[in-house]
Amino acid sequence: MVRHAPVYAPDAAVSMTMRRVLLALSPGIVVYTGFFGWGLPVQLALATVAALGFEAVMLKLRGRPVAVHIGDYSAVVAAWLLVICLPPLLPWWMTLLAVFFAVVIAKHLYGGLGYNPFNPAMVGYAVLLVSFPREMTQWIPLEGYVIPGFGETLAVIFGGSVVSHLDGLSTATPLDHFKHSSSAAPAIMGTLAGKGWEWISLCWLVGGLWLAYTRTLDWRIPLSLLLTVGLFAVGLALGSNNPAWQNPLFHLLSGGTLFAAFFIATDPVTASTTQAGRWLYAAGIGLLAMVIRVWGGYPDGFAFAVLLMNLSAPMIDYLTSPRAYGHK
Amino acid sequence: MSTPSASEIIYQGLWKNNPGLVQLLGLCPLLAISNTFVNALGMSLATIAVLTASNFVVALSRPVVREEIRVPMFVLVIAGFVGIVQQVMQAWFYDLYQILGIFIPLIVTNCIILGRAEAFASRQPLWAATLDGLSMGTGFMLVLLSLGGMREMIGSGTLFADAWLIFGEQAEVLTISLSEDARGMLLFALPPGAFLGLGLLVALKNVVDERMKKPRSVSVELSQTITAKP
Repeated sequence: MVRHAPVYAPDAAVSMTMRRVLLALSPGIVVYTGFFGWGLPVQLALATVAALGFEAVMLKLRGRPVAVHIGDYSAVVAAWLLVICLPPLLPWWMTLLAVFFAVVIAKHLYGGLGYNPFNPAMVGYAVLLVSFPREMTQWIPLEGYVIPGFGETLAVIFGGSVVSHLDGLSTATPLDHFKHSSSAAPAIMGTLAGKGWEWISLCWLVGGLWLAYTRTLDWRIPLSLLLTVGLFAVGLALGSNNPAWQNPLFHLLSGGTLFAAFFIATDPVTASTTQAGRWLYAAGIGLLAMVIRVWGGYPDGFAFAVLLMNLSAPMIDYLTSPRAYGHK
Repeated sequence: MSTPSASEIIYQGLWKNNPGLVQLLGLCPLLAISNTFVNALGMSLATIAVLTASNFVVALSRPVVREEIRVPMFVLVIAGFVGIVQQVMQAWFYDLYQILGIFIPLIVTNCIILGRAEAFASRQPLWAATLDGLSMGTGFMLVLLSLGGMREMIGSGTLFADAWLIFGEQAEVLTISLSEDARGMLLFALPPGAFLGLGLLVALKNVVDERMKKPRSVSVELSQTITAKP
């Protein structure tokens, strides 16, 4: 973690931190796979290979020691965070393109690990979302469709084939659904946040809490973000007539709220570095994401919120830098 | 200020001091109008016309204009030519005129034009000023066309779409579709694509410059180390 002086001896190298993040992601990935089939593992494998390839090429081009930096797992973490945000049956080349934008443009063209102002995973995601809005909002519905098997998944991702019963494979996320219709639809809604999604979100929460416990991430960021989203949701429940928004827990458990709070906003490179700044930074993400989610054109707003607050992080750091002893 | 040679003026405009890639001037039309090749072509032809004509008149009027009032005079001349170009486009290229919209009157504010009038045309002979206007304009056009072509191909999967806007009805055959169901990557048709594309072009130029410089600098270093030894 990046901390301001006085700096204690770091308890983990970069690769250790990154390995912990991968470990914390795995329960969510397993549950996700259980609900939605082989799409996610296939995409994860594809993105890992691609990220390592791009990373090696860029390190070579930049004249950096390839073996040292490729072993720090940072490219793998960026690729996994990115892929988890993508629809699991996305064509292979779109995943490659997103990884390319994340690793090559967002990370290495800005100076590599530790120098990138924007979260690479979110840059890759935002590029795809802006470029291919139709594909990026095709999610597997859990009601009325058979989840594709391994072979079928490969055929859809790599062969571009459209399997007959997957023909209508396009469903809005629960969030999108509630924004565009005025009635809650229990068919795609689980107990709280969209069938399947609430369990996956809880897995992110468990992984994230473990990361906070091991001090791999700063607990201030997820706490501040979730508090902001929660307060906003309570206000929304009191002030809005939309039946889906009557339960504030919906906003905490659906979409990318918990994932963004624990895994995206906490990126030590692109977040604010001061303690007060981190409260502000995360609150800003929560607020912007909710504004985009409720009034914006996209179903969920965390990618854009994170990128906008990444942009503000240097200014937040400047405004909240701790007073040195003896100075005003 | 001595008058540079004709080849030096052309080299400066097209490469060394390229308005789009090195001076980074005129970014407003460069970023806004580079979404398709044909729009870029229309914009750059208008800019070349204004730039060349204003450089010509500025150089011509040099003996009679007092030093104190030269900049207002440049602005008047430029605004006059932009008005002419605007009227011409409205008369003969009405559809293109509609597409380029506000960016035609905004040529007045293009820093390249006032910059060349002040920095070059007002201090150089007539032929040099005119040639400078032409080569700076062409340099700007090359960047605008590269960016426009790149953004059109990636962003919408076509090239030379709507060529009839400039070349008339028979030019519709010019349009190339890269593939049947090409939809393109929307990001490049939108403003972020312009910034990304321009950044990549600037980087490409720097790489080319670096590559061309390398052999020379190595030999210089070698000769220095050799002479440094006693």
